[in-house]
Amino acid sequence: MRLAEAWRVALDALRANRLRSVLTMLGVVIGVAAVVALVGIGTGTKGQIEQQVEGLGSNLLLVVPGRLEAGSAPAASTMTLDDVEAVARVVGDRDRVAATIASGETVRAGSRSAFGSMQGVLENTPSVFVRRLDRGSYLTRTDVTTGRRVAVLGAGTATTLFGDRDPIGRQITIGGVRFRVIGTFERLGQSLGVDRDSEVHVPVTAAQRLLGTDRIDGLAIRAPDRERIDQLSTSVVDTLTERHPDSDFSAVTQEQILGVLGDILGVLTGVLAAIAGISLLVGGVGVSNIMLVSVRERTKEIGLRKAVGARPRDIGVQFLLEAVLLTTIGGILGMALGVTSAILVDAFSPVPAAITWWSLALAFGVSAVVGIVFGVVPAQRAGRLDPVVALRTE
Amino acid sequence: MTAAIVATDVSRTYDLDGVSVSALRGVSLTIEPTDYVAIVGTSGSGKSTLMHLLGGLDRPTGGTLLIGGRDVSGLDPGEMAKLRNETIGFVFQSFHLLARTTARDNVALPLVYRGLGRRERRRRATEMLERVGLAHRVDHRPNQMSGGEQQRVAIARALVTGPSVLLADEPTGNLDSATGQSVLALLESLNSEGVAVVLVTHDREVAARAHRQIVMRDGLIVSEAAV
Repeated sequence: MRLAEAWRVALDALRANRLRSVLTMLGVVIGVAAVVALVGIGTGTKGQIEQQVEGLGSNLLLVVPGRLEAGSAPAASTMTLDDVEAVARVVGDRDRVAATIASGETVRAGSRSAFGSMQGVLENTPSVFVRRLDRGSYLTRTDVTTGRRVAVLGAGTATTLFGDRDPIGRQITIGGVRFRVIGTFERLGQSLGVDRDSEVHVPVTAAQRLLGTDRIDGLAIRAPDRERIDQLSTSVVDTLTERHPDSDFSAVTQEQILGVLGDILGVLTGVLAAIAGISLLVGGVGVSNIMLVSVRERTKEIGLRKAVGARPRDIGVQFLLEAVLLTTIGGILGMALGVTSAILVDAFSPVPAAITWWSLALAFGVSAVVGIVFGVVPAQRAGRLDPVVALRTE
Repeated sequence: MTAAIVATDVSRTYDLDGVSVSALRGVSLTIEPTDYVAIVGTSGSGKSTLMHLLGGLDRPTGGTLLIGGRDVSGLDPGEMAKLRNETIGFVFQSFHLLARTTARDNVALPLVYRGLGRRERRRRATEMLERVGLAHRVDHRPNQMSGGEQQRVAIARALVTGPSVLLADEPTGNLDSATGQSVLALLESLNSEGVAVVLVTHDREVAARAHRQIVMRDGLIVSEAAV
């Protein structure tokens, strides 16, 4: 039998049982749609996070107290501004070394209040991290050395406290202490699950006085080029360890953060795809089931076809094509549904989704393979039917 | 002239749940290309089993069977299918037409398995429908036709491959007597044009019209007579 004829017969058989064909396809449709949509969400999330980490600034090296190992407790910081000076000497450029002491504080302006993440920083912060001002100016060297009580507000905090009014020059209190607003940041949105628009930058010295400490929480170094990051990392940690023999320090690069996040998200995407794959498998079992029913129902037809000259192979191919047709049509519909869902999720929810060609190709290929795998047993059964027995079936 | 089918001491034993049942116990029979044979017998006499063997739907468990000069014992199911397609035409009591398919495509079905193109299949099928007097029913489906017409479609399907033997299993069993007569007349005219016709029937009147009568009982031929 020619293949074109076999396709025609298969299509005809599916049309004859329209509702049943559609319901059987539905299993495959849902499975493929789930794979495409979930892989899309996984890929989109990974892309967004990578973008955010890279958006922090390039060639960044973050130095924190303690060991960055699974199971180790977060260590209290022993670093002070003197350590920042020492590290700046190692780096050779004071502007490339930023320091932070952070604390969650209630920020008030008149009767309004907001919860803000107070960041005690040096004046060089915008040249280490990527931060752009919306209005006013940033902290100056003098602000830092004199511990002046001035603040730069994140876009979210500024809106909460002042609405549409210009906050520049106005008084606020942070943890009950008065500060004057000198600038606001451009809106940044969320980054790694942290609302970065609620940051309030103040001179590190003012923050230390407010908190009654001389520690800093961590350092961030912007390396001049990618090649020097590893060497800088070692010498900075060595310098700090020398100054504080009883403490541990760790340095992580953006690439390391990306690598770890990438691994986690890769596993997550894999797990999602596997769960979706299970539903595709269930869809395949449904196809197998319906094909067995179809073979039984059409036993007489199979007997007749054999009597007039159909070989076992002809009958087998006919039923296999029918199964493959079911799953590939289901696969195409599933891809359409999956892409549509991913686009809708991307547009109407905070979860990003990105459709990749490989996931579409994979989903389509898998649906065809599912048809072959789950169609083979019914097809063989049909092909092997004894024509005498088949003809006698009522 | 070579015989169309030669059966020599053919037996067929079935294994039913470990019990072996002999449906045919040594039957010898030759079908000549011009034969018009009726096989008669009560149900359980082995006549259906014999017909399945003669048509190449089944293979004997003993003896030798030659169809179109070929010994079927060495053939696999695929080769048996090819042999049926080339030498045998089947006509069944219940017509066995594909329900959602037109008369023409039903007739063309055996040609599908011969690998002919769609156009050629349709041409030959139309020609064959004309020959059985159904030129006006080409695009009708089985449920739009009478029983007699359906059996004529089935006969056209059996003939479309140009077989040497037409095997008809109770071809008039589902028809009223007038329609049955006309179907038999069609078979007889085909026989006169050189196709061997083998009828399996328990209807004595039908059997009486054949040129040879073979009576079966308990898996054996008990009498064979030229009429």
